[in-house]
Amino acid sequence: MKIMTCPLNGPRPVSEFHYWGEVRPMPNPATASDDAWADYIFNRNGAPGLKKEWWCHTPSNTWFIAERDTEKDVVLKTYFYEGDQ
Amino acid sequence: MPWRLLRFALNKKHPEPRMFTFHEKLKSSYDVVIIGGGGHGLSAAYYLAREHGITNVCVLEKGYIGGGNTGRNTTIIRSNYLTPEGVQFYDESVRLWQDLSEDFDLNLFYANRGHFTLAHTDSALRTMRWRAEVNKHYGVASEVVGPEVVKEAAPMIDITCAGHSPILGALYHAPGSVARHDAVAWGYGRGADQRGVEIHQQTEVLGIDVEGGKVKGVRTSKGYISTGKVLCAVAGSTPRILKMVDVKSPIYIHPLQAMVSEPVKPWLDPILVSGSLHVYISQSARGELVMGASLDPYELHGTRSTLDFVEGLTSHMLEMFPFLSNVKVMRQWAGMADMTPDFAPVMGKTPVDGFYLDSGWGTWGFKATPVCGKTMAHTIATDTAHPLITGFSLDRFRNYALTGEKGAASVGH
Repeated sequence: MKIMTCPLNGPRPVSEFHYWGEVRPMPNPATASDDAWADYIFNRNGAPGLKKEWWCHTPSNTWFIAERDTEKDVVLKTYFYEGDQ
Repeated sequence: MPWRLLRFALNKKHPEPRMFTFHEKLKSSYDVVIIGGGGHGLSAAYYLAREHGITNVCVLEKGYIGGGNTGRNTTIIRSNYLTPEGVQFYDESVRLWQDLSEDFDLNLFYANRGHFTLAHTDSALRTMRWRAEVNKHYGVASEVVGPEVVKEAAPMIDITCAGHSPILGALYHAPGSVARHDAVAWGYGRGADQRGVEIHQQTEVLGIDVEGGKVKGVRTSKGYISTGKVLCAVAGSTPRILKMVDVKSPIYIHPLQAMVSEPVKPWLDPILVSGSLHVYISQSARGELVMGASLDPYELHGTRSTLDFVEGLTSHMLEMFPFLSNVKVMRQWAGMADMTPDFAPVMGKTPVDGFYLDSGWGTWGFKATPVCGKTMAHTIATDTAHPLITGFSLDRFRNYALTGEKGAASVGH
C-alpha cells in the first residue's frame, strides 16, 4: 500500500496517514470488572485478517475508518465514523 | 583452488556430514512438540535434551531453519536493560553466548565490540544514567560516557549530527557483541539433532487440539501428532497460533526492516545506537554495514520492504556519518515483530495446560536466544516457570503488573 484514500481529501501518499489501531467497543469504565477492563486496555486481536481500523490524515487532522486486509496490505474501503453500528 | 583440495572435496571417503538428519515421517506421538525452528525453538530443544534428558521431541518448522526472525535480525547482543528482571535475564544470556561456540564446536563469529547508546537530549541522558545504575547494581558493565569517548571509539562520527542534534553523551556497554545469526540456529539444531531431537522442516501446524483445558495433539500438514506439551516459539506468527488454542494476548504485529550496505574496509568497531535519530549501525565481519531503524508504522503480517524505510534510515545515518553518502545499499529485508505494550517478552505457562509460550520477542529476541531455550526447557520439563522468567508471564497484564522495558529498547518505537 502506497496510496490511501482519505474520505475528505481523496487519494494521498500513505506517509501522510497515521494508524491508530483496530476499532473496538469500550466497556463502561465505571461498571466494568477489573478483568474486563484489563482485557480492553491490553489484549488485541493480533491475528491477520480483514480489520476495521482508525486512521488519521495528519495534514488535515481527518479521522476516519479504513477496512484493511492486514495480511495483503490492501485497503478495501475508507469512510467516516457514524457511531457504533 | 589447489588441485589437492579439489581432489579431497570429490573423494567419497570424506563426505561432508549434514547438519541435521532428514526424517521422512513424523512419529504418531512425542513428549514435547516445539512449533518454530528458529533460534529460540531449537535452543529449547537443545537444552531439553542436554539438561533434562527429554529427547522424544520434535521441532516443526513451516519454512526452513532460521529463515524467520533468526535470520532477519541485526545480530546485536547486549544486556544493558532497564528493569531488574530484564537485566538479570539478558546477563545470563550474554554469559551463555560467550561459551556457545565451544559448546557447539562451531564458530559463531562471536565478536565483542562494545555498544554505545547515544544520547542527544537531557532526558535521554537521564534514562542512560538510570540504566547504568540498574546495570551496575546487577554486576553488568555499563557506564555513562561523554561525547569525546564516542568520538574516540568512532572517529568518523559527526558529533554534532549535522548541527541539529549534538551527541551529549552515551551509555557505554563493554560486553555488547555481534554473532553470526544463522550459525546460532544451526549450532542449536545440530546439537539437538545429535541428542535425538527430530527436526521437521516444511511442516506447517494447522491446528492444536485442546480438551478440558489440556493440550492433546497437534494437526500438521504432514499428519497428526499426539502430545501433552507444546511450545510455541514462532515470533511474528504468535497470534495465529494463539488463535488455535483460544488464548487472548496483547501481542500485535508490525514489520521491522533492516538493510546492509556494500562491503567496505573495516572502519567501525563498536555498535552504535541512536534512539533519538531512530537508527543503529554495526559493521559485520564481511565489511557490510548492518543498519536498522524503528518499526513500520502500522500493523502488517508480511515481510515486504519499503523505500520510505531506506529514505528515513539513510537520511539519519548521513547526519551521523556524512562520509557514507557514496556507499551503496546492497539489500534490505523485513521481519514480523510480535510487539507487547511494555516492551518485555511473554514467556512461560498459559491458561491452557501443557501449552507454553516463548513470544512477545518484538525487536529484541536474538540476544535472548540461549537464555530463552534454557529457561523454557526448564519450564517445560518441570511445568514450573523458571525463576528468571516470572516477570514475563502472560498474566501480568490481567494483574496490571507490567515490566516496563521501553526505555531500554534500542530505538524509540
